[in-house]
Amino acid sequence: MESTIYDQYELVVGLEVHAQLNTQSKAFSSDSAAYGAAPNTQVSPISLGHPGTLPKLNERALEFGVKLGLAMNCEIRRWNEFARKNYFYADLPKGYQITQHTTPICYNGWVDVRNDDGSKRRIGITRIHMEEDAGKSMHDQDAFDSLIDLNRCGVPLLEIVSEPDMRTPREAYLYLTEVRQLVRYLDICDGNMEEGSLRCDANISVRKKGATEFGVKVEVKNMNSIRNVQRAIEHEFKRQIDMLQKGETIYSETRSFDAVNGTTFALRSKEQANDYRYFPEPDLQPVVVELAYIEEVRNHMPLLPSQLIERFTNSYGLNEYDALVLTDNREVALYFNELTSLTTNYKQAANWVMGPVKSWINAEAQSMDAFPLSSKQIAALIALIDEGVVSNSVATQKLFPAMLENPAASPMDLAKQMNLVQERNVDELRMHVEAVLAAWPDKVAEYKSGKKGVLGLFMGDVMKRTQGKADPKMTSQLLNEILSS
Amino acid sequence: MKQYTQLAEIQADLRAGSLRCEDLVRQYLAAIAARPEINAFLEVFEAEVIAQAQAQDAAIARGEWQLLTGLVLGIKDNIAYKGHVFSASSKILDGFESLFSATVVERLLAEGAMIIGRLNCDEFAMGSSNENSAFGRVLNPINTDYVPGGSSGGSAAAVAAGFCHASLGTDTGGSIRQPAAYCGLVGLKPSYGRISRHGIIAFGSSFDQVGPFAKSIEDVALLTQVMAGPDAYDTTCSTLEVGQYVPIATDKKYKFAVIKELLSGEGLDPELQAAFQQKVAQLKAAGHEIVEVSFPYLPYAIPTYYILATAEASSNLSRYSGVHYGYRSGNATDLESTYKKSRTEGFGEEVKRRIMMGTFVLSEGYYDAYYGRGQKVRRLLRDKSLEILQQTDAILTPTTTGTAFKFGEKSDDPIQMYLEDIFTVLANLTGLPAISVPFATHSNGMPLGIQLMGRPFAEAEIFALAKALQA
Repeated sequence: MESTIYDQYELVVGLEVHAQLNTQSKAFSSDSAAYGAAPNTQVSPISLGHPGTLPKLNERALEFGVKLGLAMNCEIRRWNEFARKNYFYADLPKGYQITQHTTPICYNGWVDVRNDDGSKRRIGITRIHMEEDAGKSMHDQDAFDSLIDLNRCGVPLLEIVSEPDMRTPREAYLYLTEVRQLVRYLDICDGNMEEGSLRCDANISVRKKGATEFGVKVEVKNMNSIRNVQRAIEHEFKRQIDMLQKGETIYSETRSFDAVNGTTFALRSKEQANDYRYFPEPDLQPVVVELAYIEEVRNHMPLLPSQLIERFTNSYGLNEYDALVLTDNREVALYFNELTSLTTNYKQAANWVMGPVKSWINAEAQSMDAFPLSSKQIAALIALIDEGVVSNSVATQKLFPAMLENPAASPMDLAKQMNLVQERNVDELRMHVEAVLAAWPDKVAEYKSGKKGVLGLFMGDVMKRTQGKADPKMTSQLLNEILSS
Repeated sequence: MKQYTQLAEIQADLRAGSLRCEDLVRQYLAAIAARPEINAFLEVFEAEVIAQAQAQDAAIARGEWQLLTGLVLGIKDNIAYKGHVFSASSKILDGFESLFSATVVERLLAEGAMIIGRLNCDEFAMGSSNENSAFGRVLNPINTDYVPGGSSGGSAAAVAAGFCHASLGTDTGGSIRQPAAYCGLVGLKPSYGRISRHGIIAFGSSFDQVGPFAKSIEDVALLTQVMAGPDAYDTTCSTLEVGQYVPIATDKKYKFAVIKELLSGEGLDPELQAAFQQKVAQLKAAGHEIVEVSFPYLPYAIPTYYILATAEASSNLSRYSGVHYGYRSGNATDLESTYKKSRTEGFGEEVKRRIMMGTFVLSEGYYDAYYGRGQKVRRLLRDKSLEILQQTDAILTPTTTGTAFKFGEKSDDPIQMYLEDIFTVLANLTGLPAISVPFATHSNGMPLGIQLMGRPFAEAEIFALAKALQA
């Protein structure tokens, strides 16, 4: 491949991710934090910033912060202070956002991402801090006015700030995928970027390969999918290098991503940026996080993908690919994990979950939660196969669809009802085998002269005679036995 | 009309049947109507308070008594009362009705208090003379040439004029104690965190406290008792148990600290200084101990206070933007001009001055030099105060440097006006409880107040100490 001017540069990316927490109530009030209600219905004098109102910390938000920090291998700050970030905007009724400034709840962490070649990259987590969301401004809903919805105002957020450790757009993609997977596993955020419950700003700079100083960073906003984050970074990488090549200066500025043509455009320069006049929030006492509390949160942590992958490969003997597929989605992974406590045929269990179960989810465009069969029933199905009661193909093609139709019935009863139970009576089977062989004397001769391929014909005929219920193993044994006698 | 100095006297007459709540309320309403020039009330809840009084009379007839039965109260215009306007005497909130009641209002109503109206004050509680109200100045009922003090000027004037039995004010740098001194009343700034701030329009959040005005220490203690205690709506409010404030213990001998640097009397009215020295001598004679202490940081108290309190104010007042509620300029054409014009037209001069100061001290590049340093000095002041209060029971100072001044005397010079707070700000900077009690009358006929600052959450002791001062 021809080397280009772009190969002389290195990309440097750090991401700031806002995760909207799925707590029942808001960060500093008891207003509902649920998404999707009619505009301005989930508000009280506190959300509205009425005079005389005071904030009160939602302890769930703190717990979620500690959870995420532990999952991202962070240190947890014991002495937490809140701060006010002051700025005027119509969707911020108080005129300031309550956030953490100098004492983020989590700091000094890392997450590992797995590059496509299997190599691991460790991305540093600078800090994770708690804050409240602003309301939503809508500028395109009305011909003359901007509309403000304050339902979101005060909803708790965690802002996750990475180190500038990513070197390719793909790594940013993988990191963000990892973050989304973690918040979903922890069940603290639904991770939906389209709806804005997960938001990402990218700090992007370039430098000549081998340089030790960072280049001037540009912040890009408004990327509403993980794919778009990667596209924006790809574009910025080239745009910044093109500028440098033309001898232009890159200024620190904020740009917005245009998803239609995959480019970015300037929003405002950093010089025009607000002076937020941070200072400690006097309406909230500092929060002291006790060691015992951190331990309690740690003890109630759900299993994380990395732990499940390790368990699936080391204890259940699955290969890494299968383990990755099974842990991609939290609900699927938990379903499989449950299944492994009901059967020891882990490989078979993995095949069922990755095959028919995932196919159903995809075909029905449903989530795992909507899957009608319990892990107990799938385990029972696997047992039927293992015991030779039904064949694998009958189980897949006939019994499984029937179970989906009738989720309450036991697989065994269904198999009997549908007459799917394998013929395993030796005398009965021998009768069928002998009848088939008697019907094909010339083929038997062929077999005896060495054309072993005709065995398949005999087998097929036995299956036909038994309507597919003949146990293939036993049938093949009988055929061999009789033909070689 | 019979003048009552203590709620106990009112309750005795109510019990005896010689007085009804409705008569009492009508007397107050008549007194208010008779002296409209005092301008203490921004609104009198006439029909409502009469109905409350009738309900109280019916309750008394059923034999039902509460702690505050018979107490008619005025509340400062920065305290929320559900369904009533509260504007902090500002045009920017003119007509704004609160959707909820302050915790203090709920607790007082639950104990039988009757609320007669909302009281004028300096705009957003910023001022020392009540000349900063958007709804006109309040006159001192003792002599109307004089200011009533501020910012709770209406609260002090109303009680002094006999418009109500007691009132609520707020104190961020002296706004209860200074007007109490100027109007000859008892006024308490409780320990920070003793009384919930839920429903109080914030000025300096880490300084603000609600407190009562009354003619007697007993009634101040009783009102504090009812209002104090933990509140789920204010997490800066202490969960420490309140204890019993009434009856007040009076038999102990105390150790009073007096600050050497103040004894020189520099900047003090000579008559006030003499009265103070006389009071000190009197305390000694009564068997109390006087300890002279040095407090070299004291000159830093006012600058520190004005840096930190205005910083908080600049942020607290951001919500008055013309966008969501309150005054919106009719000349605004877009969001930016809505902010600029509404705030320019809606806020008064002093409020704008303090927003500017607070914004400046928090600005990037100035934070460390002002706000950061201010916080450090604040800690030093608190440490020093607590150190003194380890050896003594209270720090004794005059409440103010002189009597009430005349209108216009200081209003052209903000610095002179800010120096009014010299003795009072320390309690707000340190979070300590402080009370002002009247202790002498100046030759100009105006009252003088003396101030006690005590240990954190030692309100019960403060009341006992105050009684010792009056003995």
